Parts: sequence; C-alpha cells; structure tokens
Amino acid sequence: MAAPALSFAIVAGMPDIISIKNLSKTYASGFRALKGINLDIRRGEIFALLGPNGAGKTTLISIICGIVNPSEGSVQVDGCDIIHNYREARSLIGLVPQELATDAFESVWATVSFSRGLFGKGPNPAHIEKVLRVLSLWEKKDSRVMTLSGGMKRRLLIAKALSHEPKVLFLDEPTAGVDVSLRKDMWQLVRSLRETGVTIILTTHYIEEAEEMADRVGVIRNGEIILVEDKADLMRKLGKKQLTLHLQQPLSHIPEALADYHLDLTEDGSALTYTYETQADRTGIVSLLEALNAAGVGFRDLQTTESSLEDIFIELVRTGQ
Amino acid sequence: MNLHAIRAIYRFEMARTRRTLLQSIVSPVISTSLYFVVFGSAIGSRISEIDGISYGAFIVPGLIMLSLLTQSLSNASFGIYFPKFTGTIYELLSAPVSYLEIVVSYVGAAATKSIILGLIILATAGLFVPLQIQHPLWMILFLLLTTVTFSLLGFIIGIWADNFEKLQLVPLLIVTPLTFLGGSFYSVNMLPPFWRTVTLFNPVVYLISGFRWSFYGVADFDVRVSLAMTLAFLAVFVATVAWIFKTGYRLKS
Repeated sequence: MAAPALSFAIVAGMPDIISIKNLSKTYASGFRALKGINLDIRRGEIFALLGPNGAGKTTLISIICGIVNPSEGSVQVDGCDIIHNYREARSLIGLVPQELATDAFESVWATVSFSRGLFGKGPNPAHIEKVLRVLSLWEKKDSRVMTLSGGMKRRLLIAKALSHEPKVLFLDEPTAGVDVSLRKDMWQLVRSLRETGVTIILTTHYIEEAEEMADRVGVIRNGEIILVEDKADLMRKLGKKQLTLHLQQPLSHIPEALADYHLDLTEDGSALTYTYETQADRTGIVSLLEALNAAGVGFRDLQTTESSLEDIFIELVRTGQ
Repeated sequence: MNLHAIRAIYRFEMARTRRTLLQSIVSPVISTSLYFVVFGSAIGSRISEIDGISYGAFIVPGLIMLSLLTQSLSNASFGIYFPKFTGTIYELLSAPVSYLEIVVSYVGAAATKSIILGLIILATAGLFVPLQIQHPLWMILFLLLTTVTFSLLGFIIGIWADNFEKLQLVPLLIVTPLTFLGGSFYSVNMLPPFWRTVTLFNPVVYLISGFRWSFYGVADFDVRVSLAMTLAFLAVFVATVAWIFKTGYRLKS
C-alpha cells in the first residue's frame, strides 16, 4: 500500500480502481515533473486533482493514459499494469485532453465511431447515439467537426472519450473556456456519469469546480502530492470561519480585556473580526460575546463567513502545508 | 490483435483520400499524362528505340515508379504527421493499440492509395502508348513492395518532421532527384562509364530496372538484384520504425 497518510479504506470490499506507486518522471531536459507519487483512486468516486500550473497534473494523467513514459514506479488500472497489460489498462480509460485537439473534416458521427474502433470495440450505433444525445450533439452528428463551436468541441472530446464505455474518465481542465451555463451542464453530466459507475478524475483551475463536484481532493505541487483528503473533511479541517461584529460605536483601539481573542479592527473602527477554527472543540464565540458585553462594546449586527476551498488551496500551495 | 482499431484507422485514412480525391488522384494522373505527351509523343518520336522498345513505352514503368514513390511518401508522411500537428495523436497514443497495428494501418492505407494510383496511371499510359506486361506477377510484386517500402519511409519522415517544411524536404530534395536520375527516362547503359558507376549507388535505379523488366523483359540489372535491393530497403525501414517505437522517438517523452 501507499504511505499511511495516503492509503484509504477499501470501498465495499473492492480494490482501488487506480493504484499509483512511487511514480516519478524526469524529462529528457532533466526536469523532474513527478517525484515519487503515491496515490489511490477509489472506485466510483469523483477525484479532483488541484495544483498550480506546471505542478505535474497533466504529466500524471499522461503517464496513466500511456502518452508519456514513466521514469520510475508503477500504475495499475483495475489491476492491470499500464506497461505490461497496456491493452487491458487503456481500454478501461477515456481521456479528455486539455487542448481542443480535434479532426477538422470528419463528421461528428465518424470521429466518435472512429474512437470506439480505436479502443477495440465493435460498432454500436445505439451507444454512440446515446452518448451524442446526452452531450447534446445529436443534432450535429452529420456536421463537420470544424463547424462546431468551442463548447461543442469540448463535448465532442468527451463523447469520443465515452465512445468505448470506459470505467475511468480523465477530464483535464474540462471547463476551461466554457461559459457558465455550459459549465453547470457539464457538472451535471459528470455527476450522472458517476451514477453509472464511472470513476472520474478531473484537474481544474476552478476551485469552485472541485468544491462543487469532488468527493475527494488531491493537491499536487512541484511534482509531489502534498495532500489527499475527503473534500468535506478538508473543508472542515482547514476551513476557518470569521465572525464579523458591526459595532454600535466605532472603537479607536481594541480594549485590553479582549486581547486574548486576537481580534482585528477595521480601519474606521466600525467592525471587529474574530477568526476561529471550525474543528476546535470550543469556538470561543460565547465567551467573546460575554467579554464584549463586560467591556461595554455593543454591536448591532453580526455575520459569519467560511473560507472556500480556494482559500484553502491558496494557503496550501503557498505554505506547502 | 486489435482488429477494430486497424479497421478504424485504415477507414479513417481512406476517407481522407476520398475527401482529397482531386489532389491525390487527379493531379498525379494529369502530370503523368503531360510527361507522356511531352516525352512520349513530342520528343519521343525523335528518339530511337531503347533495347528494342519505343521510347514512349520505355518510360512507362519509370513514370509509374516516380508517382508511386512520391505518392507513397506523401500519403504516409502526411497521415501520421497531421495528427501530430493538430494534437489528435493523443488519442492514438492512449489507445490500446500496438505499434505493429499502428504501422500496419497507416502504411497499409498509404500503400493502398498508391497502388490504386499506380494502376490508374498504368491505364492512362495505355491510352498513349501500346503496352505489354510480360511478367504480370512480378509487376504486381514490385508494385506492392515499392509502395509498402516507401510508405514506411513516408511514415518515418512523418514522425521525424516537426514542421511542414521538413515534411517536403526528403521527397523534394532526395527522392525526386534520385528518381529522375534513376533511369526513369533512359537506360543506365546510355550513360558514360563514370556516371554509370555513380548511378549504381542510387537505390531507385534498381526499383525502376526491376519494374521495367516485369513489363518488357529487359533491364539494366538482373531482376534478382532488383528484388534483393528492394527487400533490403524494406528491411532498413522496418528496422527504423521498430527503433522509433522502441524509443518513443518524437512520439513519447
């Protein structure tokens, strides 16, 4: 198994769908893109891989899919080694690349059917039709790919990746350059795919996307996985809440009696901010309010805000945990 | 064997051929016809027979060879270069296909197209000059070997090239001159002794000589030498392709 911090309970007695062990990649230029990655992806989950540009997200995906050779380590997809049993391993995987790389002159139908054949499956017009309908491409099935809009091309790449009924779907930046309403549709689609039992691994720059969809989140930085957590746990564990108190009378300074609470006073002195950790046993809010009362500081309103996954992510990448 | 994949790639490539019918079939046929008109009829009528064959008929095998070589190269090199250029190669690399299957599909499609083209040019030639084919099986054998061999070379060029200029470089600067200087329009025996010796280092000479022998039974070299040379090229290119896939050269980092 992987390092203790990264090993997870086996879901419903089934082994992990992807198991990455000690994976490293050094490019010919000498650049070490991945440094001893250990990661297990659970069957049927949506896993979001976050990381700044150049962190190694695409390299990791490319190795699993067979586009880049690993330097060290091994990857198994549903028990099949990606090198020794590449046929079995690759036929389980669908890949939607980051770049909109499509044929120009083929029809939508032809290019999706081509992908199915390429992945070793016999023709199945009913399945292709279903995929195209789900992705709202059915009306375009006879159109040349070059006539499609950017959003349609993105969906076409997803259709190609789903044409051979994969068990694992990689989405590399699936909603880059996709408008807001289409992005929501995409999320819906990914969720419905998960319901059919497909495991989904996505990389994204939109933290909102991971927050919205992922079951688990992995953060990669400088070729190392620095964190893998259930999204909810991560939010709970690293999430900070802030309590803002809008005062009746502006303060010029924080009263001595409140020093223990490390409060922040806004410049105009009209509001106090108290930061507390959500996972702490005692948040200290009650005693703060009592102390305020005792110090004679009155407030007319209060609000709490929660840090988003984005804040957590920025914090993580900056400090390296 | 992933036969579905071979069929998918082969059909994809043949569909590309159909889409570009005009430039792939019509233009070589027209340019070859022009050769017949100019060299065969206009100039050829003033040239005496070579090895007992009228000049117009003499150049037919060489002209077909010229088209076969250039078309095999350009079909196969473009077929594999274009996915690299557009980025769609990701799909091929991530698919459960072996290297052998990739080569068989791409080279097979390129060779098929060249053979169709060769036969069309042959038929066109029949309109201009009286043709005879003494050894049809040998003719077919040379046709097959040449198209496969040069489609393999094209495949190698397509992988090596990282821009459109390089894609044209080898066909234009090496193969076309070698073909013109390889006895397409003359018998090697017509050359002065020094140039005849130089010509022996031109591999294309043996292809044209063997192909011409299958038509008229006369050749500059023994047909077995031609066959051996053709097989030698095939072996070299097969080895190169094997090396490319073993190392991932220009395909995988």
